[in-house]
Amino acid sequence: MKEYQIIVLAKQVPDTRNVGKNAMKADGTVNRSVLPAIFNPEDLHALEQAIRIKDQFPGSTITILTMGPVRAAEILREGLYRGADAGILLTDRAFAGSDTLATSYALSCAIRKMEKYDIIICGRQAIDGDTAQVGPQVAEKLGIPQITYAEEIISLTNDKIQVKRRLERGVEVLEASFPILITVNNSAPHCRPRHAKRLMKYKHTTTMSESQEISEDYLTASMGNNQIIMEWGVNDIECDRAQLGLGGSPTKVKKVENIVFQAKESLKLEDNDEDINELMKELITAHIIG
Amino acid sequence: MNNVTVYCELDEGKIADVSFELLTKGRSLANQLNCKLEALLIGHNLKGYEKMLFPYGVDTLFIADDNRLAPYSTLPHTSILVNLFNEEKPQIVLMGATTIGRDLGPRVSSALKSGLTADCTELEIGDHEVTRDKKVYKDLLFQIRPAFGGNIIATIINPDCRPQMATVREGVMKKAIFNPQHKGKVVDLDVSKYVDETAFVVKLIERHVEESKVDIKNSSVIVAGGFGVGSVENFGLLYELAAVIGGEVGASRAAIDAGYVGHERQIGQTGITVRPKLYIACGISGQIQHLAGMLESSIIISINSDPNAPINKIANYVIQGKVETVIPKMIKYYKENTK
Repeated sequence: MKEYQIIVLAKQVPDTRNVGKNAMKADGTVNRSVLPAIFNPEDLHALEQAIRIKDQFPGSTITILTMGPVRAAEILREGLYRGADAGILLTDRAFAGSDTLATSYALSCAIRKMEKYDIIICGRQAIDGDTAQVGPQVAEKLGIPQITYAEEIISLTNDKIQVKRRLERGVEVLEASFPILITVNNSAPHCRPRHAKRLMKYKHTTTMSESQEISEDYLTASMGNNQIIMEWGVNDIECDRAQLGLGGSPTKVKKVENIVFQAKESLKLEDNDEDINELMKELITAHIIG
Repeated sequence: MNNVTVYCELDEGKIADVSFELLTKGRSLANQLNCKLEALLIGHNLKGYEKMLFPYGVDTLFIADDNRLAPYSTLPHTSILVNLFNEEKPQIVLMGATTIGRDLGPRVSSALKSGLTADCTELEIGDHEVTRDKKVYKDLLFQIRPAFGGNIIATIINPDCRPQMATVREGVMKKAIFNPQHKGKVVDLDVSKYVDETAFVVKLIERHVEESKVDIKNSSVIVAGGFGVGSVENFGLLYELAAVIGGEVGASRAAIDAGYVGHERQIGQTGITVRPKLYIACGISGQIQHLAGMLESSIIISINSDPNAPINKIANYVIQGKVETVIPKMIKYYKENTK
């Protein structure tokens, strides 16, 4: 039976869905430190699709690749708990300040180092930027086709994959050969929860930076255990440094503002019959409704 | 050379609304920059389409007509854009933030190593000064978009790379005829020079278009619910009110994440942009990303138990109360007082 080498691209993101008032600083910028960092939701949808392939073709392997700070290893462990086989953390100061293009360049260099792969799968977009650009940009850099907005993998054979994708109005089924990059839509199934045995097995899996931090001067912990989570820096991948990080990003943020909407003179009403009836009467008379 | 180019998207042979909206914006940018407006149309059986596009102020229409180019497919369309842009060197490229534009845009930007800003809500021309280098960039495209889940607004620029690429969602810009008599020229592209045979590797097996059951965009009355609605059952009240007064039901992202209602009803920066006559916001706190999608509604009513909900600031009427108390009263009055 065919075995597939699958790479899941994932991102650790601040949970922008629950930004409270304390998350905004006085100058209008976001205080990232008070927001919980989570596994980007659509990347979890992508992981689920990968695990489903592995369910069907048990010899397949799933490697999660993420770029971010050292703490992003948290989502690699989360992925291991749910069904991934290995994780790679791409972390280096040289990557800081990357826009989508510089990010996709760094990721594509890391993927090239990984030699063989059949399917790269990632979420359509991340909730902190909502750009939906990194997936297609990685595919272009690797020179492979892409299928975006995927909802379901319909079939897999030795050399072909069929994917259903969700459009604004309707659906499409596309067939492609390997390797292929797929971005998974928010309408795809949610990821299965953590598996208890996997949690026990992997909870002490750390990156090299993490194990050094935990054990400080214990020489024994100088290597990340078993290389299940690997840590790569800029020197571990073959790349043109001019295309990385802030310097390699064509887009620059000129300014960031807190939005102030023009406040309207609003009429305050109570939730009693009198106020509501008066409002409804006004709307009907003005032919806004009815 | 160095013009403003709009990629015109075809949906079942029809030019998408968002493309006309972008042509309108593109025309005004081109006027400001004193350059031409170009349009690019890729598909099959495209004779006569120029008549629909020229009134929007298109000076040059590039057409790639081939039966293999419809419906849209990533690699062939990417190849045409990349090759054409390498020849024509547009300074600005605009496309719709649709399933097509968001599939194509990043691919093209990656190939050209140029910056792309997704889902812009405003596009302006301006100068940018880098004080440190004492350098002034003249006439850049300011690409303005909500960021960080819609909690802030960012202005993005591409100082050094061309083209400056941006996508914009449908309904965000307004479409308007520039001049019904405006005439441009048509340039028919030799498709074989722009697309290699190898680009046709992904096969379309099946495609069916479902007419959307919900038409929020064109509804003059919208009853929208947020996380504060509290439950799927309470959302039922919103449907009832919408049915009674003749409107559609919309929702904020928080309500969708909570599972109260499906994605197709999402209003906001990452959903649909609407401009109804009446917008009734029920239990919506008013994150910027939501407000960006409904701000231009003529009348806004906010029903919220929190008197300090941000949405109240932009509402014409604020009813402080629970959704499940207020809505039945509205329904009751309407039923009793209309035929």
